Amino acid sequence: MKKARLILGGTAAILAAAGAAQADSDDPIIIPIHNWSSQIVMSHAVGKILEDVGANVEFVTTDSQAVYESVRLGDVTMELEVWEGAFGASFRAALEKGGLHDVATHAATTREDWWYPLWTKEACPGLPDWKALNDCAAVFATPETGDKGRFLGGPVDWLKHDQERVDALNLNFVVVNAGSAAALWAEIGAAEAEKKPIVLFNWTPNFAEAVWPGEFVEFPAWEDGCDTDAAVGPNPDMTYDCGNPAGGYLKIAAWDGMKEKWPTAYETLTKVSFTNPQIAEMAKLVDVDEMEPEDAAAEWLAANEDVWKPWTE
Amino acid sequence: MAVTDLTSGQVRRFARPHTAAVLLALAALLALAKPALPEFLTRVPGWAVLPYDVWMQGLFDFIKDDLGLIHVTRTISAGLEWLLDITANLLYGKNRWPYLGPIPWTAVAAVAAVTGYALKGWRMALLAGGTFVWVALVGQWEIAMQTMSVIAVAAPVAALAGLLLGLAAWKFPRFERALMPLLAVFQTLPFFTYLLPAVIFFKVGPTAGCVATVVYAVPPMVLMTALGLKKVSSEVVEAGHMSGSTRWQMLRHVYIPSARTELLVGVNQVIMLSLAMVVLTAFIGMPGLGAKLLSLMNSLKLGRSFEIGVTIVLIAVTLDRCSKAWVVKQPEHFERGTPWWRRNQVLLIGIAAFLGFLIVAQFVQVADHIKRDQDFSIGAEIDGVIRAILSNKAITGITEWLRWFLITWVLIPFRNGLLWLPTASVVLAAAAAGHFVGGRRSALLAGAFFGIVALTGWWDRSIITLYAVISAVVLAALIGLPLGILAARRKKWAEPILLVCDTAQTFPSFVYLIPAIMLFGVNDVSVVFAIFIFATVPLMRYTIEGIRAVPEELLEAADMSGATRRQKLLKVQLPLALPTMAVGFNQAIMFAFFMVIIAAFIGTQDLGQELQKTLAGNQLGKNFVLGMCVALMALSFDHIIMRWSANRRRALGVF
Repeated sequence: MKKARLILGGTAAILAAAGAAQADSDDPIIIPIHNWSSQIVMSHAVGKILEDVGANVEFVTTDSQAVYESVRLGDVTMELEVWEGAFGASFRAALEKGGLHDVATHAATTREDWWYPLWTKEACPGLPDWKALNDCAAVFATPETGDKGRFLGGPVDWLKHDQERVDALNLNFVVVNAGSAAALWAEIGAAEAEKKPIVLFNWTPNFAEAVWPGEFVEFPAWEDGCDTDAAVGPNPDMTYDCGNPAGGYLKIAAWDGMKEKWPTAYETLTKVSFTNPQIAEMAKLVDVDEMEPEDAAAEWLAANEDVWKPWTE
Repeated sequence: MAVTDLTSGQVRRFARPHTAAVLLALAALLALAKPALPEFLTRVPGWAVLPYDVWMQGLFDFIKDDLGLIHVTRTISAGLEWLLDITANLLYGKNRWPYLGPIPWTAVAAVAAVTGYALKGWRMALLAGGTFVWVALVGQWEIAMQTMSVIAVAAPVAALAGLLLGLAAWKFPRFERALMPLLAVFQTLPFFTYLLPAVIFFKVGPTAGCVATVVYAVPPMVLMTALGLKKVSSEVVEAGHMSGSTRWQMLRHVYIPSARTELLVGVNQVIMLSLAMVVLTAFIGMPGLGAKLLSLMNSLKLGRSFEIGVTIVLIAVTLDRCSKAWVVKQPEHFERGTPWWRRNQVLLIGIAAFLGFLIVAQFVQVADHIKRDQDFSIGAEIDGVIRAILSNKAITGITEWLRWFLITWVLIPFRNGLLWLPTASVVLAAAAAGHFVGGRRSALLAGAFFGIVALTGWWDRSIITLYAVISAVVLAALIGLPLGILAARRKKWAEPILLVCDTAQTFPSFVYLIPAIMLFGVNDVSVVFAIFIFATVPLMRYTIEGIRAVPEELLEAADMSGATRRQKLLKVQLPLALPTMAVGFNQAIMFAFFMVIIAAFIGTQDLGQELQKTLAGNQLGKNFVLGMCVALMALSFDHIIMRWSANRRRALGVF
């Protein structure tokens, strides 16, 4: 670990050089990492950028929903990937309680919805229209779902409302929740060998697009209030009768105390913004090229200095 | 024949089964008459389900904020963090006081080898040293040390806390009576229920991981301490009193040395349970092997995660064997006048090796740490092999058929059958089983436990949990028992099978969850398969141990009366081994209840799924209610089986 010592030494030197002008605290900035690659690489990349401006950075592995409570309490300093669809609710709830705020929004937009790999189209040519999907529901049937099709949802703690949507749009599908992202990939991997049709929860930006080309199912477009007001959307009696937002935001949230404690790092953080291709590239370095997240972050930073150098000035 | 008489002990207990049979008949009657039953007997009606989760949430909030418990726990976690920072600095060089680390891997491996030698000679030295060399060479040194840095704090804290609680339980019988049921609940509470309070009260990160590990690992230490101290013979105690010992001296020089074996067995259990939590605590911020494993699984890197699994098994086996060797090893006594360096020879060698490698590491980079491009990881190759196996046509053909057969003909009918049963009839059946083994008290206990589960309103999900547990345990019994019997009868087979058991138990379940999904899909077959692997182990182990423990004289007697091998097995070995096998069966059920909740990561519709949901919403109250449902069902089984086993033992006259 001499490398770490060197980095630390270097950091200390930079700190000393920056000296009187900067008042950033020596305490480490705590960056949370979750269990999907793009977030881990992005966190390490931003960590290195912040080290570049003299901060002391540490990482902690956390649950992606429970993290907002930790940011609010200051146990964790920031969250670099706030997905509108998956974490919007937890983020808004934490905003209301106070203690964290919205620092910046990435250029990238997100989408999380029902998705299928392209070979599925052969069995159900009407796709991506949701009515066509509903008509060939039987193609997706499995022993455990009987006549109805199976939709493989994400883990329940991602709080998607697939069951509500199935009820509201009267779909011939049974929602089976996979327990983890890994379970989703395992199912696609297994279906790939025999090109079996499969419809499941997926999101972009994500490495899976590079490995398995596919498309999202087009549901009735999202409108504000679709999740709270029954009147919005095609079914007048039920909520969630629509797809997820197609151009969802991807935000950065930070603890309120960060601005005071690490002003320089905070200033840099407000300028951070990644695009969809950049995020996909980071995920690919780990998921396809088999690099370690730290190395992937270093490699990406080395190759894209023109992108991030301006943020540090 | 004297041999067959052994089994007729139960004749005397006919009075009990009589009432039990009436209860069971009543349960069956209720089930048959289901269409005619009033609504409230089939399912507990909505109005009778009280908002326990809201009450529990209120209680938690009150304790946390109004009573200010959170300030207490946060102070404790600050203290823990200080300890964790020290080990973290020493083992992997985290930038904290005392700023000394990280210790070079060669020095750690050398100390491990010398410790192994001191405990049990060269083979242990090879195992202990070899484990650390493997960890370094395969490129996992840093993450493995992150894990060890937490265990190095959690295990001693758990052992100490267990020792103190055990002492208190032994000193104050009233305290013991209050503590034991609590411990039983703690041992059966699903791990999701530990995680949330750990995060809220002890801050996300290594501290929460450490606390959850301590809570999980403490019960066996308490039990073993109390057991060991109670067993100290009165002659020894008398001798202590006669030599005028004070109370402290009695404890320090009489009781604790006499209970040494039990205490060390407790320590061994603490270490093993701490290792079992390595992956699970990654969900609340524990760094290291577990966290790495989870992120590898999320990008479907089977090979690398397999390597991590091997590391965890190696560390577990090393610590297990070393602590067991410590149990057996008796204190050494030297002749008067032996020079000090001879008394402490091994210690000195250890220090010398440590310092030697410390110096070497300053000049040779490879001895200090292994860089990423220097390691020997063959993750990608293993990945290729696993994938080739998983997409092999012959194998997928069999698994497809198995999936279809089990789902349509076994699992779903069984699940629907259980769900169809009226609540009242299930509760009565539980009471009947209780009455059969333990009379009125057990009947009340088992009936009440299931009754409470029904009243929480989570009945259907509880039944689905139960269904997965029963299916997996039955499957495990069908396969594990014959294998166990076979292994016990052939000496050559017993050792390898026991080694497989050890490995299966410590190998992180997440590593085989993903291949299971690729073979069987996200459904109950994968779930049952995952539980099955875990539950077969105790069944086999206890069967082997039970049959091996049958006294030699009885076997000889059977031989003399001309029994065939088959008769010997059926009339002598199995009946005598049955109480021990029942303990194994009980363990299998407890493990199954543990694993069924973890199977939520595959995807289930049971209590585990609901528990997983509560983690996101920070719903402590609901989390606790769900956890209690699991614990109560597990406790009912535990009570009934253990009671039965004890009865059998008494009837057979073996203990």
